[in-house]
Amino acid sequence: MKKLIELDINGRLYEVAVNDRDLLLDVIRKKAGLFGTKKGCGEGDCGACTVLIDGKPELACLKLAIACQGKKITTVEGLIQEGGALHPIQQAFVDHGAVQCGFCTPGMIMSAKGLLDRNPKPTLYDIKHELSGNICRCTGYKRIIEAVQAAAEVWSKEGVK
Amino acid sequence: MADKDLKTKWNLTPGGWNLEGVPAYQDEKRFTQVGRSVPRVDGPVKVKGEAVYTGDMILPGMVYGKIKRSTYAHAIIKKIDYSKALELPGVLAVITGEEAPNKWGIVPQAANETVLAIGKVRFYGEGVAAVAAVDEETAEAALELIEVEYEPLPVLLDPFESMARAGEVLIHEDSPKNILHEGEQVYGDIDKAFAECEYVLEREFHTNYPQHGFLEPQTALASYDPQSGQMHLWASTQIPHYLHRQLSIVLEIPMNKIRVTLPAIGGGFGGKGEASIAEFVASLLSRKIGRPVSVTFERNEVFFTNKGRHPCHMKVKMGLDKEGYIKAIDFDNTLDKGAYSGWGMVVLFYTASMLHLPYEVPNVRFRGRSVYTNKPSTGAMRGLGGVQPRWALECIMDELAEVMGISPYELKMKNAIESSHTCINNMFVPHSEYKKCLETAVEKSGFLEKHGKLPFGKGIGIAGGYYISGTAYTLYQNYKPHTSVMIRVDTEAGVTLMCAAADIGQGCNTVMAQMVAEELGVHYEDVHVQSGDTEIGAFDLGSFASRLTYASGAAIKMACVEINQKIKETAAGMLGVRADQLVLKNREVYSMYETKKRIPWEKVVEAYTSINGSLVGLGNFSPPRRKGIDIVTGNRVQGANIGHSPTFGFSAQVHEVEVDVETGRIYVKKVTEAGDCGTPVNPMSVDGQVEGSIMFNLGACLYEDQKLDANGKHLNPNFHDYKTPTTMEMPEMDTNIVESYDHTAPFGVKETGEGAVQPTFPAITNAIYDAIGVRFYNLPITPEMVLKALKEKKAVEASSK
Repeated sequence: MKKLIELDINGRLYEVAVNDRDLLLDVIRKKAGLFGTKKGCGEGDCGACTVLIDGKPELACLKLAIACQGKKITTVEGLIQEGGALHPIQQAFVDHGAVQCGFCTPGMIMSAKGLLDRNPKPTLYDIKHELSGNICRCTGYKRIIEAVQAAAEVWSKEGVK
Repeated sequence: MADKDLKTKWNLTPGGWNLEGVPAYQDEKRFTQVGRSVPRVDGPVKVKGEAVYTGDMILPGMVYGKIKRSTYAHAIIKKIDYSKALELPGVLAVITGEEAPNKWGIVPQAANETVLAIGKVRFYGEGVAAVAAVDEETAEAALELIEVEYEPLPVLLDPFESMARAGEVLIHEDSPKNILHEGEQVYGDIDKAFAECEYVLEREFHTNYPQHGFLEPQTALASYDPQSGQMHLWASTQIPHYLHRQLSIVLEIPMNKIRVTLPAIGGGFGGKGEASIAEFVASLLSRKIGRPVSVTFERNEVFFTNKGRHPCHMKVKMGLDKEGYIKAIDFDNTLDKGAYSGWGMVVLFYTASMLHLPYEVPNVRFRGRSVYTNKPSTGAMRGLGGVQPRWALECIMDELAEVMGISPYELKMKNAIESSHTCINNMFVPHSEYKKCLETAVEKSGFLEKHGKLPFGKGIGIAGGYYISGTAYTLYQNYKPHTSVMIRVDTEAGVTLMCAAADIGQGCNTVMAQMVAEELGVHYEDVHVQSGDTEIGAFDLGSFASRLTYASGAAIKMACVEINQKIKETAAGMLGVRADQLVLKNREVYSMYETKKRIPWEKVVEAYTSINGSLVGLGNFSPPRRKGIDIVTGNRVQGANIGHSPTFGFSAQVHEVEVDVETGRIYVKKVTEAGDCGTPVNPMSVDGQVEGSIMFNLGACLYEDQKLDANGKHLNPNFHDYKTPTTMEMPEMDTNIVESYDHTAPFGVKETGEGAVQPTFPAITNAIYDAIGVRFYNLPITPEMVLKALKEKKAVEASSK
């Protein structure tokens, strides 16, 4: 039977009816209507569905929605800055050509956000290690890593929420 | 900029023409919009998560479709009972193969696939029935209620076994030898040539069974309107036109009652270069129930339907004369087709045509066959038909260079073709900077200083490659232009390009905007691109064969001629200057002689549209056709259809590897690449294509392989067990765009999206040999293979002491 639960996604409370087995990914996409979070495999392998849960990158396709009550969920849509400006990570992805088909991009950006929140001055190894759970088949990763490095620089200079 | 740079950049063309003294307005190479690393037009929406992919769409009344898949690789379907499924509340319709018996396939001469299996399944995971239901959960539950009775048949998983047992087991009744197609092409006198050779080497090579692994699974959303009889399909495809055509055949609806629209596409790499049954099933179900139906594959369904690279079993013999010039290639190829034909015939003959470049080869014999097996079908995958023979040829050349006692670089340079080259199979290469690619990669990597001199376990390898920039022929008999575009200019929408090109993530929308802007004399930000729609856009064949930049560029140039003429005539009156003396650049129209006479471009458009309304230009492109008939003898020229291209891109790669002799793991540490892509319209995008290509085939060389059990069941239809490279496997990459300009091409462009995958397999394989002294002839090269080879090597060395 479905239960009515509240989920905090990007600072807004969504009241959603879910089954016990409903995955966070499906609830974010179909019930909250936030389609930025992508489903590439549904099995926890590709990272396209990465969101932040209480600041930590998690795979929404492996999380039960009911287990996320009372937690702060951030999706790629939650990164947008005042006046619709891009978050520095998003801006860096655009500027550095880190986007091709774009399907891995939201998950990549959320993994990068999780890293930079925790470690604003990551080494190359830190970045590679953190993003190793996100598959990209288009870019060869080089520009994605450069974008994260560039965002980290902006981050440490200007400070970002 | 250094003097030397200035000289090469502005004064000399690649052909060596001195343009000194040529005024800027007459120098076709002085671009303002083409050649700029501008950010992609779809970058911001994609990073915000606002780009709409097919699976993100919801239409009023939309329901979901799911496909029931075969649990046998080869079996007679005795009975399908879906009565219980139909009774499940929420289920709206169930279909089986009989619903749509017309066969589809991208090569119509060989089309042999039905939407859902009829009477027999030929691979594990083939669709046998499909359900439409109010939600995905109900549709999935309904699949469980469909009962299928099978009578298993012997399963053929190896092409040689398939041919040998054809008398006993047939996969397709109309293919008596289990062969889709076989062919022979002989140029020159191969036996005489080999007899005269000083160095002859013969080897066998076997490639693996990788899949594209595009991140967005195939998705389709169909909406059929029973009142108008109009079908609208949104699909994740590379080939809106070929899909459109096949839908028309399968659904028996005229093309003008079907519209195919491409939302954002999450990668293709060839895998979406064939129709997907998601598209047919969504359309059939929508027509049946009169509501929009969405079908999205799960990841395992992407693997089941495959269409990945053909495993090739190649016997290669190459002969060199005393000086090291290639005299002959004898090539025998057995391709593993899997269950259905798809691109098979085309791939077969691409592996033939790829023997003729990038080296001069005066005598060539190709014999090949594409063989059916009970595996998920193979198809088009980045670098179609080129990757396998390239690997074999570049590896055998590495070995031959060693036999001769010269550097593989020297051997390649000696044989590399140059501009205006005609191959023995009549392929014409208008322009090549292949030698410059080799030189640059070698120089930048320090190849000559390192090769053969690194400590055991470390190695460096080189390989080259090339690819077509579009094909000469359509896949069905037709003589219409391959691309048409419409450009609309007015005060309301500014500049709008309308076409049916498919941006699958490679960035053609950005590149086309740059080319339109260049030609009209505006900025790329001023251009709106409406692409990927068969109704709004004019005709285009699609994204494959690395054809788009060239073909769209040519059509765009043609469309702009008409528009620019009208703009100039209007401005001439406004400025009091002769129209033919006007220049369009940087949003201005000005006299080339009296540069003070100038007017904003927008003002001219306003004046023109106030009198005449919107300005429209039409353009199209037909590739030059190298005729299939020899004009002198009247004989049909072999290989006339496949491999010909308006121009060709070239590249070279040097890979540096480290082999861990304890674990057998291979680490690619550094890749130095140099590519001839003609004019790089967007250099940042070119680099992105090249870096992506290197990683794509680094994966297929070392990790990626689909595995089936003895019954044909797919063992790794997921990203957990099918290993693709991650950031941790990424080497340092130094990619270089060599200066190049093809005067026969629009804006001087060539391909870059598929050429750069060609040298990766052989460069890694050759580097591994340099590291540990073992040559590998099977892919992927796994740690187990490395350890076994090292052990054997040790045993041989010990016994010879």
